[in-house]
Amino acid sequence: MQPLGHGAGVSQPLELPRWLDLFVLPAFNLTLALLACGVLVMIVGHSPAQVLVLLIKGAFGSRIGLSYTLYYATTFVFTGLAVAVAYHAGLFNIGGEGQAMLGGLGTALAALALGDTFPAWVVLPAMLAASMLAGVAWAAVPAALQAWRGSHIVITTIMFNFLASALLAFVLIDVLKEPGNMTIESRSFGPGAKLPGVHETLAWLGIDWPRSPLNLSLLLAVFAAFGVYVLLWKTKAGYALRAVGHAPEAARYAGIRPRAQVMWAMAVSGALAGLVGMNEVAGVHGRLLLDYVVGAGFAGIAVSLIGRNHPFGIALAALLFGALYQGGAELAFEIAGFSRDMVFTLQGLIVLFCGAMAQVAAPTLARIWSAWQRRREARAAAAQS
Amino acid sequence: MTSTQRQSLPVTAPLAVRMQGIHKRFGAVQANRDVNLNVAAGTVHGIVGENGAGKSTLMAVLYGSYRADSGCIEIDGRPARIQSSEDAIALGIGMVHQHFMLVETFHALDNVLLGAEPHWHLPRARSRLRTRLEALMHDTGLQVRLDLAVEDLPLGERQRLEILKALVRGARILILDEPTAVLTPQETEQLFVTLRRLRERGTTLLLITHKLKEIIALCDSVSVMRAGGVVLDCPIRETNVDALAQAMVGRRVQIGREDAAQRGAPVAAAKPRLLEARHLRWRDAFGVPRLDDVSLTLHAGEIVGVAGVSGNGQSELLDALAGLLSPQQGELVLSTIGTRRFTPQRWLAPDIARSLGIAHVPEDRQRRGLILAFDAWESAVLGYHDLPRYGPGLLMDQHAMRADTAAMMALYDVRPANPELRCSKFSGGNQQKLVLAREARPQPKVLLVGQPTRGVDIGAIEFIHARLRALRDAGGAVLLVSSELDEILALSDRVLVMCGARISGEMQIADCSEASLGRLMSGSQLEQAAP
Repeated sequence: MQPLGHGAGVSQPLELPRWLDLFVLPAFNLTLALLACGVLVMIVGHSPAQVLVLLIKGAFGSRIGLSYTLYYATTFVFTGLAVAVAYHAGLFNIGGEGQAMLGGLGTALAALALGDTFPAWVVLPAMLAASMLAGVAWAAVPAALQAWRGSHIVITTIMFNFLASALLAFVLIDVLKEPGNMTIESRSFGPGAKLPGVHETLAWLGIDWPRSPLNLSLLLAVFAAFGVYVLLWKTKAGYALRAVGHAPEAARYAGIRPRAQVMWAMAVSGALAGLVGMNEVAGVHGRLLLDYVVGAGFAGIAVSLIGRNHPFGIALAALLFGALYQGGAELAFEIAGFSRDMVFTLQGLIVLFCGAMAQVAAPTLARIWSAWQRRREARAAAAQS
Repeated sequence: MTSTQRQSLPVTAPLAVRMQGIHKRFGAVQANRDVNLNVAAGTVHGIVGENGAGKSTLMAVLYGSYRADSGCIEIDGRPARIQSSEDAIALGIGMVHQHFMLVETFHALDNVLLGAEPHWHLPRARSRLRTRLEALMHDTGLQVRLDLAVEDLPLGERQRLEILKALVRGARILILDEPTAVLTPQETEQLFVTLRRLRERGTTLLLITHKLKEIIALCDSVSVMRAGGVVLDCPIRETNVDALAQAMVGRRVQIGREDAAQRGAPVAAAKPRLLEARHLRWRDAFGVPRLDDVSLTLHAGEIVGVAGVSGNGQSELLDALAGLLSPQQGELVLSTIGTRRFTPQRWLAPDIARSLGIAHVPEDRQRRGLILAFDAWESAVLGYHDLPRYGPGLLMDQHAMRADTAAMMALYDVRPANPELRCSKFSGGNQQKLVLAREARPQPKVLLVGQPTRGVDIGAIEFIHARLRALRDAGGAVLLVSSELDEILALSDRVLVMCGARISGEMQIADCSEASLGRLMSGSQLEQAAP
């Protein structure tokens, strides 16, 4: 088990005040990322201001745009939380992609089995349970290999992503595809298996809202984020989990069994990733497709990183990613010559500055902060004398 | 007025090191505050101080690991800009760290070679270096077997290798950080002979230590640091152990053996037996015996000291008794709460041990005793977090946890008494007091303690010792593992000595002396153990 970045570092003991660390530093990073993006956009020959305005407008400027942003963000919340829970137990779960695929498979199997005969209040909970269980099952094998055999979880979860995509293709093509259908997909689910969209729910409440893929999984994501927060910081189980993640030796000393913690953290992680199936399969497509995860599992790593592995931060980071997806799509549509690849590049820059290089500016910030404090103390001392 | 004039030490020899007005702060902590240090060439200069007094920071500044916020350094009378340890090495400064910086699987020779290869062709580099090292060993008396892997060398020899490594890189100023922490009394003696010889050759030595006796025995002059500044700076002949201790903590301290009157009555066999381990054997993954037929008994109301050079099975013994390690042979009988018998098939587990009234203050408080990234209140319930009083169900009763932590901090004088502060921000002594508070406050029947005062300042040592005695006087049994003989002698009622994974001797405290224990520790059993 490799604890990530919690090592008792012997580097310069730099400690920023919490508010600097949690708010100023990310804001600074985001600004830096946007500046870098601006330079790039200028080089390509567009106006950075125009691009930024269009991006924000596309993501938040209309009800339909906002709906899409939230729909994307829902998926990123699930995969981001999945990474974060494992991270707190000292595990790097890169298998969100595969676990999400299995989650969709589980959702679909439950929907196909029950959707035609039972009412929604039976089918939907069953689909929910199936999506999570399938994610758990897919995460459990690498977890067990890690706990009992010491196979590194990074390697095994990566390999399980490939296995998942092969399994999904096999099940779809050989089992679920209807004869005569040329596209690789299952038949459409029965009426009981459709998770209501937000526009349907709001219409039922008498509010008019444009049609979009945004569905009630959004509420699920909010519950999941809150649940992860309570689990990690308010329950004894979360305490044990974080203890193992931060200091495996200390946890063992405390009578916490690391193996059980590995299993249990990966189970929660897999279940969260599996929920992607609810958003995509149950909420949008209404049938099982081949590629509904499309990298969301990997994006979850960046989301968790940028959100500092905290549910609240993850919600914000997921929103940022959702906005980038939705606003980026608008951009490619609005500006001639601004290709989809350009949008990916901008997204990459933001991940680079806010995620991978999140701590690069920390020492400078700490120096400025301590110099400022020194000045303030000196002034206080001068005022006293 | 310069600091040289302020000093009582008349400067006769030229200064090898002169640090002036050094300031260094980390966040809110002022680690060095206007520090002046003058070390005459060819002398041994001691630097003592409590934990967190700023000794290590000052040396890190001198060795280029940290950059000072302000102040200047002169080496051999010339202003020096030391920005990295490469700069320091180029100026002839060498450092021997407390934890050796050696590659254990490399031969001694290759360890010296690493990073300072005199030729790109390794065989040629080796032969050149060997010639130089052999001459150096001859001159200094630092004998090291160059062709053995470091992992096969005893600790004293590894240390000599570290010194050689620094010297061969041209060190004329040598910083030694707690050099005797891992050595037997005999090895310490040998080290001192070597260091005196180095001084005669003109090497300037800076010695950081907690052990005041060593300062008196070896140094020519001494600086005492407290709270980031130098509070005493004088030649050694003008001071003594008591004066140094007082300068370090700012008050008088009393550490040492209790009077016979204070000490509880000698252990009578009639006192109830709480723990009995019989014939424990454990081999590590490489088949090396780490516990070899170890038996011991703990009675209520006694402190049993386990003396020995680090790495002779004491840690494994503690782990076995705490349930962290399951031996391959032997048995354990606990008569703390009812009587339970444990065999290797079903060995004790840490949570069972706690439920049976066995508490454990681990040797490594930073990796085991605490979780540095946790807040103090979170670490203060480590191992006890499942107790019903910290919440009946799944949720933690954080209010109860915080209240208990505040009570522990008040009772054990943990400073700052802030349950919300992150564990890594407490000094070593206060971390240790927090661990001890957690383990000793519930009044365990048996307390297993490993190195309770390692790296802890003198004021806290006094306090920790008093707590251990109090627990003993209340009828608890304490098993004390320590590599500090002074500590063993100060606290124990009975002493076991471990050497080579075995118990090499057992003595009542009245029969113990540093010399007799030292012989048992090094395995030369000239003296038969007392019956």
